[in-house]
Amino acid sequence: MGNGAQHKRVDTARALRDAGITTLIAFCLFLPLVGFQTTTDIRNNLILVTRWPLLFAVVGIVGLSRLAYSLLIEPWLEQRPFRPPTAAPAWRAYVSKWLVPFAIGFVVVYPAIVIAIGGFGRAVKWIDNFGIQVLIYVMLGWGLNIVVGLAGLLDLGYVAFYAVGAYSYALLAKTFGLAFWILLPLAGILASFWGILLGFPVLRLRGDYLAIVTLAFGEIIRIVIINWVDLTNGYAGITSIPRPTFFGIPFNADDNGFAAVFGLEFSPLYRTIFLYYLILMLALLTAFVTVRLRRLPVGRAWEALREDEIACRSLGINTTNTKLTAFAMGAMFAGFAGSFFAARQGFISPESFTFLESATILSIVVLGGMGSQIGVAIAAVVMIGGTEILRDLEFLKVIFGPTFDATQYRMLLFGFAMVLIMIWRPRGLISTREPSVVLRERKAIAADLVKEGRG
Amino acid sequence: MEVFLQQLINGVTLGSIYGLIAIGYTMVFGIIGMVNFAHGDVFMVSAFIALVAFLLLVSFLGISSIALALFIVLIVAMLFTSLVNWVIERVAYRPLRGSFRLAPLISAIGMSIFLSNFVQVTQGPRNKSIPPMVQGDFVLFTKNDYPVTLSHKQLIIWVVTAVLLVCFWYLVAKTPLGRAQRACEQDQKMAALVGVDVDRTISMTFVIAAALAAVAGTMYLMYYGVVSFADGFIPGVKAFTAAVLGGIGSLPGAVIGGILIGLIETFWSAYFSIDYKDVAAFSVLAITLIFLPQGLFGRPDVEKV
Repeated sequence: MGNGAQHKRVDTARALRDAGITTLIAFCLFLPLVGFQTTTDIRNNLILVTRWPLLFAVVGIVGLSRLAYSLLIEPWLEQRPFRPPTAAPAWRAYVSKWLVPFAIGFVVVYPAIVIAIGGFGRAVKWIDNFGIQVLIYVMLGWGLNIVVGLAGLLDLGYVAFYAVGAYSYALLAKTFGLAFWILLPLAGILASFWGILLGFPVLRLRGDYLAIVTLAFGEIIRIVIINWVDLTNGYAGITSIPRPTFFGIPFNADDNGFAAVFGLEFSPLYRTIFLYYLILMLALLTAFVTVRLRRLPVGRAWEALREDEIACRSLGINTTNTKLTAFAMGAMFAGFAGSFFAARQGFISPESFTFLESATILSIVVLGGMGSQIGVAIAAVVMIGGTEILRDLEFLKVIFGPTFDATQYRMLLFGFAMVLIMIWRPRGLISTREPSVVLRERKAIAADLVKEGRG
Repeated sequence: MEVFLQQLINGVTLGSIYGLIAIGYTMVFGIIGMVNFAHGDVFMVSAFIALVAFLLLVSFLGISSIALALFIVLIVAMLFTSLVNWVIERVAYRPLRGSFRLAPLISAIGMSIFLSNFVQVTQGPRNKSIPPMVQGDFVLFTKNDYPVTLSHKQLIIWVVTAVLLVCFWYLVAKTPLGRAQRACEQDQKMAALVGVDVDRTISMTFVIAAALAAVAGTMYLMYYGVVSFADGFIPGVKAFTAAVLGGIGSLPGAVIGGILIGLIETFWSAYFSIDYKDVAAFSVLAITLIFLPQGLFGRPDVEKV
């Protein structure tokens, strides 16, 4: 770079060579699985079909992107003047001050906005598929954040507690006819009981090992759910789970249903809106409890544990209890979310509680920036909302033809986005932290200074 | 007794496949301290590459000799899978080296989701089954009308695994690449100071891991004759269990762990309950980590302040 005065010349020959190599590699990479497709013929034999146009299109795109990168983007990156870090501009402080109240205000009025824009018919889809779905993951992310972000315990089996909550609600409601509002705390208690139960044996483990054992526990619970057919009905799942009521008033078209009691015309939208505010309340409760817990001794102990377990022990903190409370707390919120999930769907099966769910929740926590509540919420909106939006992007059909179905690319893009965000921001989207304890002045600290915990 | 012997043969066969995948986990963990979550899916991708190569040989080129076809399929799968893993390492893991500990793990989970969905999108979600490549078996002996057999495919798996393990052992123990690998495992910074190309060594580790996974994938395809896009996860976790059981970082441990897991799973299925065979493997994983975290052949992890 010299003294900054000499700009590196764009080396076209090198760029072409790089692009050529990339194209060659991409060709070999995509040849077996994109160039050929295995399908079955009429006699049900497996045959190969070639897809040269698709292969050349994909390889061409990769090669051209590489060329564009070395010819256009790289010189631009190198010529970009170095800007010394200055104090954050005033608008940023303003944004961070008002972001949370604004976000809460927005999610509170979100159903009204959707109804105003899309009318009653379209609103169900947007509130249910988008709003409720994202909020469930926000809540799960905040719950797991207690375990991973605050206590630094890496948990890859979080979905097990979600499943415990869902199955507790479904089975107890169907067998004993108990109401949602009684079973909600009960499901939380049962899930946190399981959290302690599974937490006990893994107390000595740390880091990746802890992650793998929790993954194993999560899978064991799922396999037991699949195979214990007498109790859980196995793969078929549990159907017609009682739906939550509005303080005893059911959401149906009967004379004593919600619409009739309040003198409204019946619409399935009321239940959706009710469920939306229910999960919003639960999610905000999770956030509120977390914020308050961070100020309590147990919350401080969690963060101390994350920073240094040995120092923590030598200060006389009971690490066993600290870890178990973190597990129990996280599991409890997963249990709440699970019972809500069962009540909202009316149907649950082991399919909903695979490892992929655990991975999704953990990725939301890490992508958001571990420990940052607003970051977790943003990550949930981006990852879950983004993939949900793919379900109805009609204009893609215009580009790629009418048979194009964007939903099948959902998880493909999800995985790709996980890798990209990690490379772009390894510390997550929000990479500064509000310290829990301050001396005189409160200032944001870079996430690099926060330990991720050895688990 | 005869059932026991038959299950022993089946278990060792399954265990060889797990062992080959487990080496990939243990090598990568040994050298960069990362659980390569996508390794199970690399194994699945390799089985698909083998499937495509096999169909191509049989239908397009019309090769009728099964031995030759199998050999070519094995080589092709190893080459292409190595390339896949090399690119994965370059794209998804190398930028995160030296970053904080969770970043590569999340990246690997993302890669795993990406790979299985990539195969689902490009090859379709259905199970792919092929007619049996290799048929026939040796009847070792018959007792109480129960023949104990060693099928030709099992024998092929045993032989291929054994031959490759010898080659692999030679590679790690006797060649400059193996020395560089072991040096990086002990201390990357020091290895770099004495002139070891750390980046290249790590790349080669991924390539070798993928090549062994491809052998496992080809053998899996030949043995079961069916593969689907979702087949990466469970064998991946079991192979990881094998690596942990053998002591992560230890190469003979991975193979022995793999065979143990194969045996445990087979005997559990035969004598207890086939529905809970995965629970058996996962329980072994949990119990090992809780009571014997360094595994059978691993070095104990000393905690320092």
